[in-house]
Amino acid sequence: MSTALATAEKGSSLWADAWIKLSRNHLALFGLAVVLTLCLVSLLTPWIAPYGYEQQNLMLGASPPSAEHWLGTDVFGRDMLTRIMYGGRVSLLVGFIATAVALLIGVLWGAVAGFVGGRVDTVMMRMVDILYALPFMIFIVLLMVVFGRNIFLLFFAIGAVEWLTMARIVRGQVMSLRRQEFVEAAHSLGLSQWAIIRRHIIPNTLGPVIVYTTLTIPSVMLLEAFLSFLGLGIQPPQSSWGLLINYGVETMEEYPWLLIFPGIALSLTLFALNFLGDGLRDALDPRASKD
Amino acid sequence: MKQTIPPPLRSASVLTVCLLGFALGACGSGENRVTAGNRDGVLHWGNASEPQGLDPHIATGVPEHKIIMALMEGLVLKDTTTLEPIPGVAKRWEISDDGLVYTFYLRENARWSNGDPHNAHDYVWSWWRALQPALGNLYAYMYFPIKNAQAYYEGKISDFDQVGVKALDDFTLQVSLNDPTPYFLQLLDHYSLFPVHRPTIEKFGAPDERGTRWTFEGNLVGNGAFQLEEWKINRYVRVGRNPYYWGAGDVKLNQIYFYPTENITTEERMFRAGQLHYTYEVPVDKVAVYQEKGSGELQIYPYLGSYFYRFNTRVEHLSDRRVRRALAMAVDRQQITDQVLKAGQVPSYAVTPPDTMGYFPESDLTFDPDKARALLTEAGYPDGAGFPKTEILYNTSEEHRKVAVAIQQMWKQYLNIDVTLLNQEWKVYLDSETNMDYEISRASWIGDYVDPNNFLDMWLCNGGNNRTGWCNPEYDRLVLEAAPKASSHEERLEIFKTAEKMLLADMPVLPIYIYTSKHLINPAIRNFPKNILNQPSFKDIYLDPSAARVAEAH
Amino acid sequence: MLRFAAGRLLQAIPVLLVVITATFLLVHSAPGGPFSAEKAVPAEVIKALEAQYQLDQPLWKQYVSYLGDIVNGNFGPSFKYPGRSVNELIAAGLPITAELGLYAMLIAVLIGISAGVFASLRPNTLQDYVPMSAAMLGICMPSFLLGPLLVLIFGIYLEWLPVSGWGDIPGDKILPSITLGAAYAAYIARLSRGQMLEVLSQDYIRTARAKGLPEPLIVVKHALRGGLIPVVAFLGPAFAGLLGGSFVVETIFQIPGLGRFYVQAAFNRDYTMILGMTIFFASLIILFNLLSDMLAIWLNPKLRHGSGAAKP
Repeated sequence: MSTALATAEKGSSLWADAWIKLSRNHLALFGLAVVLTLCLVSLLTPWIAPYGYEQQNLMLGASPPSAEHWLGTDVFGRDMLTRIMYGGRVSLLVGFIATAVALLIGVLWGAVAGFVGGRVDTVMMRMVDILYALPFMIFIVLLMVVFGRNIFLLFFAIGAVEWLTMARIVRGQVMSLRRQEFVEAAHSLGLSQWAIIRRHIIPNTLGPVIVYTTLTIPSVMLLEAFLSFLGLGIQPPQSSWGLLINYGVETMEEYPWLLIFPGIALSLTLFALNFLGDGLRDALDPRASKD
Repeated sequence: MKQTIPPPLRSASVLTVCLLGFALGACGSGENRVTAGNRDGVLHWGNASEPQGLDPHIATGVPEHKIIMALMEGLVLKDTTTLEPIPGVAKRWEISDDGLVYTFYLRENARWSNGDPHNAHDYVWSWWRALQPALGNLYAYMYFPIKNAQAYYEGKISDFDQVGVKALDDFTLQVSLNDPTPYFLQLLDHYSLFPVHRPTIEKFGAPDERGTRWTFEGNLVGNGAFQLEEWKINRYVRVGRNPYYWGAGDVKLNQIYFYPTENITTEERMFRAGQLHYTYEVPVDKVAVYQEKGSGELQIYPYLGSYFYRFNTRVEHLSDRRVRRALAMAVDRQQITDQVLKAGQVPSYAVTPPDTMGYFPESDLTFDPDKARALLTEAGYPDGAGFPKTEILYNTSEEHRKVAVAIQQMWKQYLNIDVTLLNQEWKVYLDSETNMDYEISRASWIGDYVDPNNFLDMWLCNGGNNRTGWCNPEYDRLVLEAAPKASSHEERLEIFKTAEKMLLADMPVLPIYIYTSKHLINPAIRNFPKNILNQPSFKDIYLDPSAARVAEAH
Repeated sequence: MLRFAAGRLLQAIPVLLVVITATFLLVHSAPGGPFSAEKAVPAEVIKALEAQYQLDQPLWKQYVSYLGDIVNGNFGPSFKYPGRSVNELIAAGLPITAELGLYAMLIAVLIGISAGVFASLRPNTLQDYVPMSAAMLGICMPSFLLGPLLVLIFGIYLEWLPVSGWGDIPGDKILPSITLGAAYAAYIARLSRGQMLEVLSQDYIRTARAKGLPEPLIVVKHALRGGLIPVVAFLGPAFAGLLGGSFVVETIFQIPGLGRFYVQAAFNRDYTMILGMTIFFASLIILFNLLSDMLAIWLNPKLRHGSGAAKP
């Protein structure tokens, strides 16, 4: 099968190729644009936000969208647009960093376990089983007490939970790839282990990994809300999209805008990431590059 | 390998068919639980959480309290409106002129729910049991007005005969007190002083053994208007009429279901869907909705509970009473109750709720940002400059969060100081507070009985509930020695006023508001009392289906 | 296959031992004891209680005696609910959570795979975008939002279904099952679509098409098998997630299942209950991961000889 040889030959141009293909995919470009815009807005929030995120107006209370407050105000009379902008900073930061942590550990762990196999695989996957089985909430409370409150702890806690599934998926994928003809062919051609990993295993695993990553980011953002709710992570008056949604659910009948707008913000990010992720997967697909 | 549909898909389609059948079946049944209950005299009661246990000498929680009140009864009851003592198991009583000896005459027709006779000896034995240290009765202090009860509980005397409780004959019980205690009759209606059925307890273990199975379904024997019929963990506790109850003829309900409704949002929906007659709580944001609706389902009335913040007086900058008072003066309580909580809570400037047994605390505390700023400047923090890092600790809850967020902003606005918020999970929060590992901490106290003593004796130097590090020997003397020896009710209240003023002058606590009880109550419920202890009398409640229909028609 | 299963079950013993030890240390070092309460608890009462539950003994002694009890299948008494044993509480909650999990999983698998396969047949058309957008929303929509939403629509406004309970009122099992299953249906849809696209572009499918086999046969008989591999690998973790996530659903719908017990136990520092539930959950998770791996091997014969775990 020539796919393997084809990628092996032009391995260095994989990224350039991918970029060309990505730029032809309008949906993916749209996703990229949205993600970049959100990041930009988040960076500039302290300068462009219309109000202070902690600025209250108790007499006003919860009010629907109006000329002064485009997205309405919450029960403390705080401007929702401002709070969503500030919340986005936290959510995007947590989403990207924690997912990156989960990705790094999960992919490495799964790839090594799947590729090396044997005893190493057994031990590594049993460790994953152990972590799966530990009571997450006790673990969090303990972390909180031992290390104090800290946003990096939050990343760590989330990353520590999310990499497990990633590891299992990658391992499954690698194990099935390892037995495919083109890998065996590469073996017999005398390619080194590392070269095989780099040229065949990684590119071929990218698809599921990217799909799962785009799924992980939103779930990480929601997990953050849960942890903040328990007292680990951010504290009021700071907020995040997850927390805003959490509070919004409580009052969705009375003040629906408190749920709808943060919900839109989160969904928009999610769809953008998803389009981008799909585009990237198609662009990086080594088999597709031959066509 | 001939299969066309993989097995998971096949079983899944079977399930879908089942689910559809389910859904259709569900649409057929028109009558909801409440309507059926109104017809059959079955009350569906939201009861907050799964009861830990129903042993009256061990239980401490409000949900347990409610169920025990249906299953058991004390010597006296309280009038559900005035809270004045009225006859319970004791049909009458006499109090000696010095107020030290109470003689109770018990009903001859009182019976346990298995038909056993119920008499004065049951009380002596039950109270002996309740004072066994191994039982771990957290309400043992409710017995301490009784002569020698505290000494016996603490092991200073070992002969229970010296404790002031005696059965003069089968139906006469005599109780002697240390000091005249005006609230003693009230205590008798608290479940920690309820009698328990000795043969049942001894059947399932030693008298002072915790966690025996005597209170479980099929085992429990009580003396109340109802008896335990079914206990499904995390699902419901069901009680039904006790035919042996002395007043069985007047009991109107046939059954009561108590549901562990931990999630108050769900509880409200259950109420709306006709699954509950009564909710334990009402979500903050739903109050306005029901007020607007004007259906009369929302009931709000004063509750004997005080919401406040503790200051850790051992933290350096908070050890300065000027700082504590400045912080207290910069809290706009009216805004908190009107704009944040919105359910009739009353702003409070003292710890004891007003009109507690005729007691009105005096306080010089007001909302006064100018004075607060002046005090803070005096303490060395002009315009909040250099104010050390301070954190408000609260346990995870929507209401606590809202109050803390509002106060945080008020202090920022009026004093220009930044405080941070920290919410902790309940047990961690308790641990932090007990170990004084906090700066400012959210707290509250719900009265066990209606007397200022219950709110003031927690601030004694070594009081386990003090947790502020504040200590004033003169205050202790007033509460512990002067008040019990007071010659009249008025004099006693004056002593409490003086003590509370001392407390507020130093302000180790920051009073915020007085609680209200808020419930959603189905209009069919009749004879539902609104008292400050939020204590229902299940034997008096009845359901009137016509009232519910009238309400629906509107 | 049998040897593989037996080997994995043997490996479960050290895994469980590590889980027990770690949890034991975790719960005993977590702040706040089982007997702390808002009203101050006198020192002598705490002492009496600790003596009753052997908490006054050195930690290692407690550990050893606990292990001894577990070997005999006794998880000990619950601290929070005096008089009840952990075994009894687990037995009360298990059938309910198991039923809930089963329904949710079936919904997830059925809807997820059908939507994923359906979408993969016409990639980048409306037939792809609609189910996939729905799936994205499903993932985005946490159960604490979906549950109340379904309750409001079907329970309050339409009055079709009960808003809470489990087995108390006819039809009360529908909304919780959907709420719990929805997020997993969405995951499975995305995973199966992705893998189906991979598989459908592979040579043996092209060969099959070239041979003129009818498309449904190709999809169901040839492609689906390969397309299900990542889904099957996901089922093990998904099951763990379902158990963990069930507590949110159980709280929203007042369902007396294990998830609620577990969370209550953690909040109450009910040591024996936490430990008992953890061991129980851990065993279930190990079992389901094993089943999911075995299913993956069965679906992908190439793995049968390659699986490292199957080697002696």
